[in-house]
Amino acid sequence: MSTTIETTATSLLRFATAGSVDDGKSTLVGRLLHDSKSVLADQLEAVEHASRNRGQETPDLALLTDGLRAEREQGITIDVAYRYFATPRRRFILADTPGHVQYTRNMVTGASTAELAVVLVDARNGVVEQTRRHAAVAALLRVPHVVLAVNKMDLVDYAEPVFAAIAAEFTAYAASLGVKDVLAVPISALAGDNVVEPSAHMDWYGGPTLLEHLETVPVGSDPSAEPARFPVQYVIRPQTEEHPDYRGYAGQLASGVLRVGDPVTVLPSGLTTTVAGIDALGRSTDIAWAPQSVTVRLTDDLDISRGDLLAAGPAPAPTKDIEATVSHLNERPLRAGDKVLLKHTTRTVRALVKEISYRIALPTKPGDTLEQRSGAEGLNVNDIGHVVLRTAEPLALDTYSANRRTGSFLLIDPADGTTLTAGMAGEAFETVRTTDAPDAPQEEDWV
Amino acid sequence: MTTATDSPVRTDDPGQNSGGPFALSHLDALEAESVHIFREVAGEFERPVILFSGGKDSIVMLHLALKAFAPAPVPFSLLHVDTGHNFPEVIAYRDRVAAEHNLRLHVAHVQDFIDDGRLRERPDGTRNPLQTVPLLDAIESNRFDAVFGGGRRDEEKARAKERVFSLRDEFGAWDPRRQRPELWSLYNGRHAVGEHVRVFPLSNWTELDVWQYIEREGIELPEIYYAHERDVFARSGMWLTAGEWGGPKDNEPVERRLIRYRTVGDMSCTGAVDSDATTIQAVIAEIAASRLTERGATRADDKLSEAAMEDRKREGYF
Repeated sequence: MSTTIETTATSLLRFATAGSVDDGKSTLVGRLLHDSKSVLADQLEAVEHASRNRGQETPDLALLTDGLRAEREQGITIDVAYRYFATPRRRFILADTPGHVQYTRNMVTGASTAELAVVLVDARNGVVEQTRRHAAVAALLRVPHVVLAVNKMDLVDYAEPVFAAIAAEFTAYAASLGVKDVLAVPISALAGDNVVEPSAHMDWYGGPTLLEHLETVPVGSDPSAEPARFPVQYVIRPQTEEHPDYRGYAGQLASGVLRVGDPVTVLPSGLTTTVAGIDALGRSTDIAWAPQSVTVRLTDDLDISRGDLLAAGPAPAPTKDIEATVSHLNERPLRAGDKVLLKHTTRTVRALVKEISYRIALPTKPGDTLEQRSGAEGLNVNDIGHVVLRTAEPLALDTYSANRRTGSFLLIDPADGTTLTAGMAGEAFETVRTTDAPDAPQEEDWV
Repeated sequence: MTTATDSPVRTDDPGQNSGGPFALSHLDALEAESVHIFREVAGEFERPVILFSGGKDSIVMLHLALKAFAPAPVPFSLLHVDTGHNFPEVIAYRDRVAAEHNLRLHVAHVQDFIDDGRLRERPDGTRNPLQTVPLLDAIESNRFDAVFGGGRRDEEKARAKERVFSLRDEFGAWDPRRQRPELWSLYNGRHAVGEHVRVFPLSNWTELDVWQYIEREGIELPEIYYAHERDVFARSGMWLTAGEWGGPKDNEPVERRLIRYRTVGDMSCTGAVDSDATTIQAVIAEIAASRLTERGATRADDKLSEAAMEDRKREGYF
């Protein structure tokens, strides 16, 4: 047996890809899986067999990821597909999201948990409307790292000026949206240039290959730099002979570090107490940090249950009035006056949509900026907008820009449980143009 | 044999991981996510149940549930759909573990459904697809509202599109086009009376993760997961175990081989692989070097068509 097999523990990176079939996204994903040896013989055999049945001569790596019958029949990716691969340095979870406009909500979904987003463009076309939308979604969801993969470099003779112009345009645009970390990589997914192996055709490029970057980009933020947030999921009370008085609050740290002895505030009640003990899945410990799942014991016997938040450091003021940027996910429009359920961390409360303040028109061509379109009657599927909500009970929300986990929420239809809308507390973009433009018909922005 | 199974990075040793003092190993990150999922279900559902077959994925699920609620007992019962063609070693393991943790075990027998005419034996003798009806019947009659399954997205391409919380209608059916978007770690478990939610806490785990976790946690498995000698015969390119379930046929010679099972299911369609891996370390090394996926290597039922799993899932399969 080979001694080079690396099976030790590594870190975990969640990332998302966005792009259309025409940009070669599925080919890129197939290439990453194939070249990192994550595609096994029987999977490749199945793809080769299916490709032959479709009259294709070479294996269509897109078939590796398009898992549903409808996707294979139509040759498009409809739903987010999660893919898994590992290198000796890192384990990866890839949310492979469709690029087409009608599936923007799926990119929002994939980006919500991603720490890095790969935006794909065709080197022959450069930055197009779809690229701008993908970058805006990554910025909206506060994905910390963005990679622009300029694909099909083989079709532009691996020419540096072509790449440099696209990279410059995209980087400036992403920066205007507030994206902090952008890397542009010239690749050919089909030929394999700069995906896993460095390209032999682009010695003018001195940066990492796409995979090298994925392997080395920092995972997560530094918990010690953030205030602790611990949403209570469940109260553990064994009431057994062995543990007659045990009372622990089970949850997953949304951010920060919690130590035994730390003072904490219980929200929304505002009561204060101290961490008496931390049990890390059956083992006692002095310290826990995000995103660990632990059980916290407190010194005082307070009324705490599922939906409460234990907070250390500067705590958010509980409020019933919420302003948020939202991405609407459902075919049913969201309108002022709608009564919905709002799910925030482990708490679900009734809420009223008081106002659809404006819809955000994403830039579509060079020179465009984000624009408010006031007077929107409602938000339709794939719309991004700003809303004012009133909840039946106070919620301890952070702004989404400060905390992706305690600043996010879902709106749910109380009648049938449908997930309607993804919400992010506060302003999504710092640079939304504040001169109100009247809301234009849908088609102008979205087709 | 050399395997790179040095002591894994532990969460109580800040500084050991290259990612900084507060980095988590991939196993710790996956464990934390799965525990969060179990606790969400405990907090939001009335009658959850864990599908427990005695296979490695369901064993890891139960282990995670035990850790999630320690020192209190697991607040769920167990459900097994017994095809009647299960490995006796696995059934014995199942009963032992349920008793050890004082958990209520519900068993739905495919044989009962064949006996009273609600199901008919298939010509190929495979009972795997027959499990859906007894499963849905058990869910309905016990009014289970959340059903934990050990399915992983890396297993199969239809599963790759599955949500962690997957709503099933009153017929138990899955409609991949009408799934709820699942964002952040906010799981929407709302359902109407008669509907239920399938929950997949191991969604983001791979086969290798499962084995590494079994090793790290020292979890006991049924012995058929490790190399042993067994009477087997070849069918459809796999080694099937000889036994009362219907194999072998006259033209299928039986031979004694050193094998182990990578997956554990119905004896009629679960193939063994040639292996001398008698320890967990050897199993991990074998899987890391394998050129076949576990389903490709060991499951006849998935070779039926490109969409075999999608079709079974739509009908309410695991």
